[in-house]
Amino acid sequence: MTLAAVLGAFSRPAVDWHALAPEVVLLGAILVIIILDVIDEERFRTFIPTVAGFGLLGALVPVLTLAVDGTDRSLFGDAYAVDNAALVLKALFLIAGYVVVLISIDYIRDGDYYENEYYSLMLSSLLGMLLMASARDLIAMFVALELLSIPAYMLAAWRKGSQKSNEAGIKYYLMGVFASAVMLYGMSLVFGLSGSTNFTAIRDALGGSGDPIPLMTIGILFVLLGFAFKVSAVPFHTWAPDTYEGAPTPVTAFLAVASKAAGFVALLQLVFVAFVGRDDVVQPLFWILATLTMTIGNLLALRQENIVRMLAYSGVAQAGFMLVPFAVSTDSGAVAFQAVVIYLIIYAFMNLGAFSVVMAVARKTGSGQISSYGGLFSYAPGLAAAMTVFLSSLAGIPPLGGWFAKFVVFRAALDAGNISGAILAVVIAVNSVLAFGYYGRVMKEMWMNPVPDGDETPVRVTPSIALATSLTLVATIAFGVFPQIVARFGELSSQLAL
Amino acid sequence: MLVNQFLILGAVLFCTGVYGVLARRNAVMVLMSIELMLNAVNINLLTFGLVVGSISGQVFALFTIAIAAAEVGVGLALVLLIYRNRSNIDVEELDLMHG
Repeated sequence: MTLAAVLGAFSRPAVDWHALAPEVVLLGAILVIIILDVIDEERFRTFIPTVAGFGLLGALVPVLTLAVDGTDRSLFGDAYAVDNAALVLKALFLIAGYVVVLISIDYIRDGDYYENEYYSLMLSSLLGMLLMASARDLIAMFVALELLSIPAYMLAAWRKGSQKSNEAGIKYYLMGVFASAVMLYGMSLVFGLSGSTNFTAIRDALGGSGDPIPLMTIGILFVLLGFAFKVSAVPFHTWAPDTYEGAPTPVTAFLAVASKAAGFVALLQLVFVAFVGRDDVVQPLFWILATLTMTIGNLLALRQENIVRMLAYSGVAQAGFMLVPFAVSTDSGAVAFQAVVIYLIIYAFMNLGAFSVVMAVARKTGSGQISSYGGLFSYAPGLAAAMTVFLSSLAGIPPLGGWFAKFVVFRAALDAGNISGAILAVVIAVNSVLAFGYYGRVMKEMWMNPVPDGDETPVRVTPSIALATSLTLVATIAFGVFPQIVARFGELSSQLAL
Repeated sequence: MLVNQFLILGAVLFCTGVYGVLARRNAVMVLMSIELMLNAVNINLLTFGLVVGSISGQVFALFTIAIAAAEVGVGLALVLLIYRNRSNIDVEELDLMHG
């Protein structure tokens, strides 16, 4: 056959552009940033964060129109789904990305870093997350995972001259690539033994009669363990504190919230759709991971002196709470699915809020030590109050968002109605108390201790950080006082998946 | 059977790669071990694609090859960055942060 005949035989598959509009808008924003930089780097330097911010808000518009439209769309041979679950998570990624852009603006400009590359890499990583929310196929999921990870490796090593940042980048990279190689090996086994890469087809193949194949068990374990690295579950968490401490703080916020959420989104599809027939493997694995992650994360957080490192270990512990519903995935069904989504939404806002206050305070003190928060209330009462709200929410004190997140996870564990669920509920309760130890310590520094060096000049809060802090503050309080808002998103997301 | 032999080759390559990642101290050797793991995956995918009789295996392998190239590109850049700042690329000496 000649080339012309081959080209003639090819017909373009019909593409539903409305369903792809959020990704297309985001891709457009990335291209605009790169083109502006090529035309005149100096002249457009100050516009680039604006383009990034508006690109993210612009991508939110088609998400809303798709939500209003309400039809469930499926593209590319069922590999890519745009349903309620995908839309809720896409909106979460876009809003979290917007807040990260807000807290990045001053840091990146004052540090004299390359703005074009920073924002285009961050948006590329977010594009990967949008794909992840829709991926319903092993290949699509793998491509989405790499698209979100590879720019994140570069962002972690952003401060080129700093050895700590280099170390953060290479550790994150080596761990991440090793995990994705293990995960890929698992995917190859799952594909080979089920005969398909599509999640629903894998579910049907696994649900069939006959003895489970041992090799399949290995495949499933490898895939899930690969994602356990991504969400920093103990014992695969060792990269997280070092990477979080060494990376630039806005990047840390991005990794701790958006990147971790993307890992959970992938796990949701794998555990609740693809591997649902093999709960004999999935539930015990997550039971062990959740218990270890909650307990060890909290115990290590107790002895940290650096606030970012403490937030890193607190993030590990919070990931443990989010792993609990997976351990009761078939016993609690839809309740467990909703618990993960609700926890993800609330965690994103309260953790981003805590990071934005850390950014604001670090601009004055230039230190990451918890002791540098001494007497914060006397010279920056607004920031101290905001930080208190975020930390109390992370600790799970009502009426702030965090209590509802802990409550739904607790309910999911008890809903299982068996002994393993009950033990998990006890572990959750014990760990919630443990966590007060380190969150309370920062609060005590802020409210009771004297200012360490007597320097009481007020903290200059830039408009973008103020906006980020107030956005997350309002969301954290609103989700706690009106939990039905976020519960509604949880319900919407679980309608189709189960 | 021929299929088994390919799968065993894949498993041996994968295990060699895992050993290399865990035991080697030179960052470039670690990168090469990771490549070995990814190529074990490709052998698996192609074998299974043949057994299952579906094109997905070959498509998956193409994606893996392309993405592995992108990953190694970033990895070598990071190793170069470390070499510039520290003049050695021993992964076990990267311990500025701990606790």
